[in-house]
Amino acid sequence: MLELEAVKQAKALESATPETAEAGSSLWRDAWHRLLKNKLSVVGGVIVIIVTLLCAFAGVIAPDPNSQDLALYASAPSHAHWFGTDTLGRDLFARVLFGGRISLAVGMVATLVALCIGVVYGTISGYYGGNVDAVMMRIVDIIYALPFTIFVILLSVFFNNDETRARINHVIHATGLKFSLGSEFNIVLLFAAIGAVEWLTMARIVRGQVRSLRKMDFVEAAEALGIRPQRIIFRHMIPNVLGPIIVYTTLTIPSVMLLEAFLSFLGLGVQPPNASWGVLIGEGAKSMEEFPWLLTYPGLALSITLFSFNFLGDGLRDALDPRASKD
Amino acid sequence: MFKFIARRLLETIPVLLIIITGSFFLMHAAPGGPFDSERRVTPEIQRNLEAHYGLNKPLHRQYLDYLGRLVLHGDFGPSFKYSNRTVNELIGESLPVSLRLGMYGMIIALVIGVTAGIIASLRPNTATDYVPMTLAMTGICLPTFVLGPLLVLLFAMKLKWFNPSGWYDPTDAVLPSLTLGIYYAAYLARLTRGGMLEVLSQDYIRTARAKGASEWRVVLKHALRGGLLPVVSFLGPALAGIISGSFVVESIFQIPGLGRYFVTAAFNRDYTMVMGTVIFFAVLIVAFNLLVDVVQVWLNPRLRFQ
Repeated sequence: MLELEAVKQAKALESATPETAEAGSSLWRDAWHRLLKNKLSVVGGVIVIIVTLLCAFAGVIAPDPNSQDLALYASAPSHAHWFGTDTLGRDLFARVLFGGRISLAVGMVATLVALCIGVVYGTISGYYGGNVDAVMMRIVDIIYALPFTIFVILLSVFFNNDETRARINHVIHATGLKFSLGSEFNIVLLFAAIGAVEWLTMARIVRGQVRSLRKMDFVEAAEALGIRPQRIIFRHMIPNVLGPIIVYTTLTIPSVMLLEAFLSFLGLGVQPPNASWGVLIGEGAKSMEEFPWLLTYPGLALSITLFSFNFLGDGLRDALDPRASKD
Repeated sequence: MFKFIARRLLETIPVLLIIITGSFFLMHAAPGGPFDSERRVTPEIQRNLEAHYGLNKPLHRQYLDYLGRLVLHGDFGPSFKYSNRTVNELIGESLPVSLRLGMYGMIIALVIGVTAGIIASLRPNTATDYVPMTLAMTGICLPTFVLGPLLVLLFAMKLKWFNPSGWYDPTDAVLPSLTLGIYYAAYLARLTRGGMLEVLSQDYIRTARAKGASEWRVVLKHALRGGLLPVVSFLGPALAGIISGSFVVESIFQIPGLGRYFVTAAFNRDYTMVMGTVIFFAVLIVAFNLLVDVVQVWLNPRLRFQ
C-alpha cells in the first residue's frame, strides 16, 4: 500500500507543472515565514540588496571614479564628496561604489563556477554511489587537503597577468571568434580558477543530501516507473537539495569576496587603475595616519557587506534547514 | 592507533605529490622567464644562466631533477631573485620569526576564544551570552587587513603605546599577534559555545551535578573534554588560516617572516621561491592535520572504531 502511495506521488510530481509543484509544497512558504521572523537576517538581506543596487547603478549615482583633480588632494569627507577624496583627488564615494562592483562581481562569478561544478559533481557521486562515489569523494578529500589560500596565490601568479590573457586571446582568435579579453579580465580569469577550487564543500553537501534522498520511496518509485536517471536527478533530486544549495551559495559569496580583498590587499589581485574594496583598503592603509577616511570607508563597506551576507546565510539556513545546527 | 597513523601517513603521499607536481608545472607554464626583468643580457649569457639553473633541459627532466633533490636532500634549489641564495636559506632565516608570531596568535586565539565560549555557554540567551557572541561575530567579519591597520591607527599612532611596524622590540609582537589571533578567537568562541552547549545538556553532566560535584568541576573536568572536540577539529584549518593571515600581518607590520617572503616572491615571480614555500607550507599543514587527527582520536575513543 505504501509503495503504491509513493508511486502515485511520483506520478503526480511527474505530471505536475513546476509552479503547481511549488505551490503545493509549503516548504518554501514556511521557510519564507521563518526567514521574515529572523530580524537580523532580514536586515542583512535588505543591506545586501541595497549595496548591490548602489554598486550596480554606480554609473548613475556617483561621479567618474577615475577623474583626477589634484586641487582636491585628499580632502576630508564633505557635502560635495561624501567619503572625501584620495591622494589623486578622486572621489572616494565613487571609487567605493565602482570597487564594490568588482568585489561583488568577482564573488558571484567564482561562486557560480563553484556552484555548477559542485552540484553536478555531488549529484553524480551521490546518485551512482558505490565505487564511483568512493573514487570521486577520494579525489575531493585529496584536493581538500591542499592548503587553499596558498594554492590560490599560486593560481594568481599564473592567471593574473597579461601574458596568460594574451595566450587565451590567441586561442579565441584561432577558433575564429572576433573578440579579445581586456585587462579587467585578468581578475575574472583568476576567480573562475578560484571557483574551480571552491566547489569542494558544495559537492560534499549535495552528495550527502542526494545519498539520503536516494533511499526515499519516491525516488525508488520513480525508478520503478522507468524514468531516466537524468530526469530523476533534475526533476526529483535537485529541487530537494535546493535549500542547502541556496544557503551554501549565500555563504560562499562573502568568503570569495574576502579572498579577493585579501589578494588585492597584498597586490596580487585586482590591478590599478581598476579598484576593488581590497585595493582601496590597501591604498587607505598606506596613508591612514594623515587621511584615516581612506581606510575607514572602504573597510566599512567591505565589513558591512560581509556581515550582511553572513547573517542572511545564517537566517536562510535556519529557515530552510531547521535541523542543521548553527556551528 | 598505530594502524591509523600508518594509514594516514600513506594517504599524505599522494597529496604532497599532487602539490609538488601541480606547483612545479604551474610555475613552469607561467609566462615570463625568471630573468626577463633583469637588465638585457646577451643571448650567450642568457644561455649560460639557463644552463646554470638547469633550465635548458627538457621539462620532464627538470621535474625529475627537482623531485629527486627535494625528496633525497630536502633541497628546494636556488632562488631566482636573490642571487647566490638558496630557497632553503631564505626559509631557514625567516621561519623562526613566523613561528613565533603564529604561536602568539594561536595562544591569543585559544585563551580568549575558549574562555569567551565557555562563559557564553554557561547562561545561554542572557547578557553573558549575547555580549561575547556579538563581539565574536564582529571579530569574524573584520578581516585581518582591516583590523591590522585599525589597531595600528589606534594603539600606535593615537595612543603611541607600540611601534607602528618593525620587528625589533619584544613589544613589537603585540599588535601583529592580536591582529592574527582575534579572528580565530572569535571563531573558536563560537565553536566552544556550540560544543559546550551540546555537552552540558547530556545525562552524564546531570549525573555529575546530582552527585554534588561543584559547578567548576562539572564545567572544567566533565564538560570541557567533550565540549572542546569541535575546537580541536578546527585547529587544522586554523593553522592554515594563521599561515595565510601571516601574509597580510607580516606585510602590514613589515615583519621579515616567511609569509612576507612568499608574497614578495609571488609578486616578483621568483618561481623557485614560490614553489619552495608552497611545498613547505603544504608539508607543514598536512603534518599538523595528521597531528590534530591523532589528538582527536585520543580525545574521543569512539572514533577509533571507524
